[in-house]
Amino acid sequence: MKAAVPQTLAQKLIARAAGRPSVSPGDIVTCEVDLAMFHDSSGPRRLKPMLEELGAQIWDKSRVVLVMDHYVPERDDESRRIVRIARDWAREQDLPHVYDSQGICHVVVAQHGHIRPGMFCVGGDSHSPTGGAFGAYMFGIGSTEMLGVVVTGEIWLRVPQTLQMHWRGRLQKGVTAKDMMLHMIGRFGMNGGQYQAVEFAGPAVQALAMQERMTLSNMSAELGAQVGLIAPDEVTAAWLQAAGAPASELGDLSRWQSDESADMTRHEFDAGALSPFVAAPHSPANADVVGRYSGTPVDVAYIGACTGAKLDDLRAAAEVLRGQRVATGVRLMVAPASQKDQNAAREEGVLQVLLDAGAELFPTACGACAGYGETMGDNTTVISSTARNFKGRMGSASAQVYLASPYTVAASALRGVITDPREVLA
Amino acid sequence: MTQAATTHRVWKLGADVDTDVLAPGHAMKHGIEKIATYCLESVRPEFASQVRPGDVIVAGPNFGIGSSREQAAAVLVKLGVAAVIAPSFSGLYFRNAFNVGLLLLTCPEADRLQEAEQVALDTKHLAVISGTGERLACEPIPDFLLDMARSGGLMNQLRIRFGKKATQ
Repeated sequence: MKAAVPQTLAQKLIARAAGRPSVSPGDIVTCEVDLAMFHDSSGPRRLKPMLEELGAQIWDKSRVVLVMDHYVPERDDESRRIVRIARDWAREQDLPHVYDSQGICHVVVAQHGHIRPGMFCVGGDSHSPTGGAFGAYMFGIGSTEMLGVVVTGEIWLRVPQTLQMHWRGRLQKGVTAKDMMLHMIGRFGMNGGQYQAVEFAGPAVQALAMQERMTLSNMSAELGAQVGLIAPDEVTAAWLQAAGAPASELGDLSRWQSDESADMTRHEFDAGALSPFVAAPHSPANADVVGRYSGTPVDVAYIGACTGAKLDDLRAAAEVLRGQRVATGVRLMVAPASQKDQNAAREEGVLQVLLDAGAELFPTACGACAGYGETMGDNTTVISSTARNFKGRMGSASAQVYLASPYTVAASALRGVITDPREVLA
Repeated sequence: MTQAATTHRVWKLGADVDTDVLAPGHAMKHGIEKIATYCLESVRPEFASQVRPGDVIVAGPNFGIGSSREQAAAVLVKLGVAAVIAPSFSGLYFRNAFNVGLLLLTCPEADRLQEAEQVALDTKHLAVISGTGERLACEPIPDFLLDMARSGGLMNQLRIRFGKKATQ
């Protein structure tokens, strides 16, 4: 039976979690949480002392996933302490789902089949909207709010409006989900999503591979949306099957889409007309077509993070760099998003292509994206496949960080200056 | 209520103040006390050492964009900041602020307030009263969030729920 009032995908997901037939934008509801994900930085080091003080227990350990990705590998006493707390606590609590140094949480939880269409999930990290790529309502929260979830299994929510980003046509060769996002963030700004639900739709979105869809949802954070949803389809189901979530467990996927006549604000985009985009220092919203910045010399080309170092991202970089070497004086740093992706890239020969081009390989962790690991030095100009270029985020406050797709980062490494990857791929 | 007993000194900041300048990545491995010493170091280096309990921050749009790190709100509580007044906030920061007991006032006309001005806060009717007595209305906040901020954050509410004593 259809709900009386047409619902958006966001409303349907919230209504299910709130145990209501339907919800309306503006309603404040309490939702039951299907999955709570946190990492070494936002998780145990903060949660453990608060839980002990309350004398409270985790509401359901099977619904909790802990990923060590921020302070690994440990580089100093402080990071050793933080990671030790996480490891000891995981053992003490006998947590069933722990991924230690396996990669970045947003990629790891998806690759191990924890996120499934229709779920309601929270993550202790701002890029948690990545889970929206699978048709799950997933958003980031802080540690105190995570504590509330961990002891009650519930969280409050104001039902959002939906902003649908409808992409018609098809992306040109060398243009990616990252370029779509930089374009949208440039147009709407970093708070343009106003903490509402963004939904990515249209033929160009449906044509994207799963990891490209994850890039869209991931950077919903930089749009200021609470979530970045994509209706699940056969691409989702096939990817989840390989991740250990067989179709037989997913139920009917067709119910997880917005009703035709649901009330939403729709923005239209032409994928075929989109050029590669670059965001200049120091904001992802400072975005323009790559041509605007072409010729800017770069010192470091960084391929890393949940946003920009998944298998598909590594493949894109390798496509540009195959049989070539990066320009003299340019440092190409590659930190794959997960062990799974790194292993797949090794088996396919993609990793070797990057190493032959002169890449230095870094651990499968958050690394320099969040200012950890080997960070960017004074006055360094960086082109990076990551999500944020806030002043000082990747290291020195005088570092100049440009954001771009893995294609553009690789093409810029090759030429030593910011370069439109279509010139290299042609 | 146009006259309030307590006034608050204004620190005026620009637009798009992000979490990474409030709680810099390099400091995140430390406890809140130490992180607070680096608060706003790259935009207002004197802030952390000169801010006084009861001061308020008046900022441009999109305050708190970026990370989910609640330390970006907790540092301001630690430094004694009474409220942040801005035309808009990151939604994630908004939740975090109330969770750690920091009052945020969404004030469309925040820009009318000046650096070092003494302002009063009407936390009942949600308004800021400028040094010249001008009343700037703020957007409504759900009661349960105001209660949360008043009780010192979600942790205090959980302490009571689990039969412990709340702290201030």
